[in-house]
Amino acid sequence: MIRVRTSAVAALTLLSATAATGQDSTASRRTFSSGYRFVEMTGEELFANVCQGCHMPDASGATGAGNYPSLAANKNLESGSYPIFMVINGRRGMPAFGDMMTDGQVAAVVNYLRTHFGNNFEDAVTAKDVQEARR
Amino acid sequence: MQNGSVIKRRDLLALIGTIAGSSAMYHAMTSLGFASESAYKGPLKLAGDVKGTSVLILGAGLAGMTAALELRKAGYKVQILEFNSRAGGRNWTIRGGDSFVELGGFKQTCEFEQGLYINPGPWRIPYHHRALLDYCRRLNVALEPFIQLNHNAYLHATRAFNGTPQRIRSIKADFQGQVSELLAKVTQQGKLDEAVTKEDQEILLQSLRAWGALDRDYKYSANLVSAEFRGYARDPGGGLTADPLPSEPIALSEILRSRLWRYLQAFARYNFQTTMFQPVGGMDMIGKAFAREVGDLIRHNAKVTQIQQNSSGVTVSYVDAAKPSVVQQATADWCICTIPLSILSQLPVDVSAPMKNAIDALPYAGSVKIGLQFKRRFWEEDEAIYGGISFTDLPIRQIAYPNYGFNRAGRGILLGAYLFEGANSYEFTAMTPAERVASAVEFGSKIHPQYKTEFETGVAVAWHRVPFTLGCSGEWTDAGRAQHYRTLCQIDGRIVLAGEHASDLPAWQEGAILSALDAIVRLHERVVRT
Repeated sequence: MIRVRTSAVAALTLLSATAATGQDSTASRRTFSSGYRFVEMTGEELFANVCQGCHMPDASGATGAGNYPSLAANKNLESGSYPIFMVINGRRGMPAFGDMMTDGQVAAVVNYLRTHFGNNFEDAVTAKDVQEARR
Repeated sequence: MQNGSVIKRRDLLALIGTIAGSSAMYHAMTSLGFASESAYKGPLKLAGDVKGTSVLILGAGLAGMTAALELRKAGYKVQILEFNSRAGGRNWTIRGGDSFVELGGFKQTCEFEQGLYINPGPWRIPYHHRALLDYCRRLNVALEPFIQLNHNAYLHATRAFNGTPQRIRSIKADFQGQVSELLAKVTQQGKLDEAVTKEDQEILLQSLRAWGALDRDYKYSANLVSAEFRGYARDPGGGLTADPLPSEPIALSEILRSRLWRYLQAFARYNFQTTMFQPVGGMDMIGKAFAREVGDLIRHNAKVTQIQQNSSGVTVSYVDAAKPSVVQQATADWCICTIPLSILSQLPVDVSAPMKNAIDALPYAGSVKIGLQFKRRFWEEDEAIYGGISFTDLPIRQIAYPNYGFNRAGRGILLGAYLFEGANSYEFTAMTPAERVASAVEFGSKIHPQYKTEFETGVAVAWHRVPFTLGCSGEWTDAGRAQHYRTLCQIDGRIVLAGEHASDLPAWQEGAILSALDAIVRLHERVVRT
């Protein structure tokens, strides 16, 4: 697998008069996977390139005709098994990422989530927990 | 296959036709996969007394408006609740001056020139989508060709041919030619003697020569025979410069290793075979045409908050976008709900447990489309690409050229990225709209260097951030469909679902329409029977 990186800052200089506006509140570097599966490995990278698409850069979620739940200070994250299940299988419109992430990637993003955005659950989940949850 | 040991399909059909008549043959043909036709059987005729029955439809997309149009015609009292201020749903076109806000609050205002547009949702119609085409005809939606295969567009692989894009024409001709050459060779070596009769081998060789552009010796090489397929180094001309020059084929090994062959299926599959269509002026001409028929039934800016039912009818609670604190209610005898399951799964809905489980089980695919305006149509002026699609392994995956306004001076719009499922669709969704546009320009410039000087403005739609769908389309797995699909399509008390998610044509407009037609036929049967 190769990973393609581009500096969004450099890329933005190409924009002379783009209609698109919005603040770049996250990492200034974007990661692009080459295939079906994600190449991002750390929890922070996975969150910034995958989760924040719906749950937003500050994990506060969003509301339209339906909602993307806020993951900030979220008591549903108290047990690590719940977010592991959701990431692997999806539910209520949330896509299943089980085929797109390794056990280690799922564990990394769950651990990142459970220790950021006002969440302080220090009992880290492991790749083995994810492997067992897949059965 | 040995001669005579197996009855060929054609012979079997002739036999059935002779013995049992043409009707039996038709059924046999259908079951054998010939004569396969759309599930659409022509305009609905809902006969019988509907006794003043009322139907509340949730969602004014193509499914909801199809149901409204047909049910009102049959005598039902119909009302539609729609979240957007616009009818059409995912049938949507973005033009200069249009503004939209995605989830997260990122606002884009399209700065395209007057008359230029991008279809961020559905953008092409296969010829076998008979229901959609019939509604287009009945509602006077003018169509024009959508060019799926342009032989002069590109196939591009980052790590092949030093990153130089290759013309589809050349890759297709060279792949076909060299595969033909190989097959001719093994035929002449007698290696097919067990599989093909001597007589058929002669015909096979003739066909390979014709189909593969082989020379008299069954070789595919640089000459005017192959040039007629793959293109010339110098095209035939007039006067003293008339002589054409052949071009040099790309070696089979290079094509195989480039993996460019994998894009050839994009033109071969049933859903993408010519003729494909697009509405003249933008895909939303279809939604607008439906809205001309049923627009008076639509209550816009209505966000559904709860769906209740009992043995005598349905009550749907909703709030107006301008007054979200005031809950209003609409009631009817029946409800056709076309709300995407990504949203419906979050609402309190009175349905059976298996139905609720089915609603909750369907994830929604990610998809991103990015429209880019350029100062001039360099793809036509410089590269003779008129419509069609280039494919690449870059994260933008496709560049699609406009199928309208050909050969004109002035500005033009490219679809600068089309992601559907896969990692890149999520990565692009996670960006700001400005980042998406900037990335599309940066990647696209590797295929068209003119991007760097000609780009002006862009818009980017990431479907997971679209407030009225929270995703592109239902992403069924085989297992999920086996477990939940039939439940999802049942009439549950007084509620029935419709939409592309309740079809076997996910993400296609035809699926939305066919699901609506199927649902209202079943609903009508119940109404007239009781």
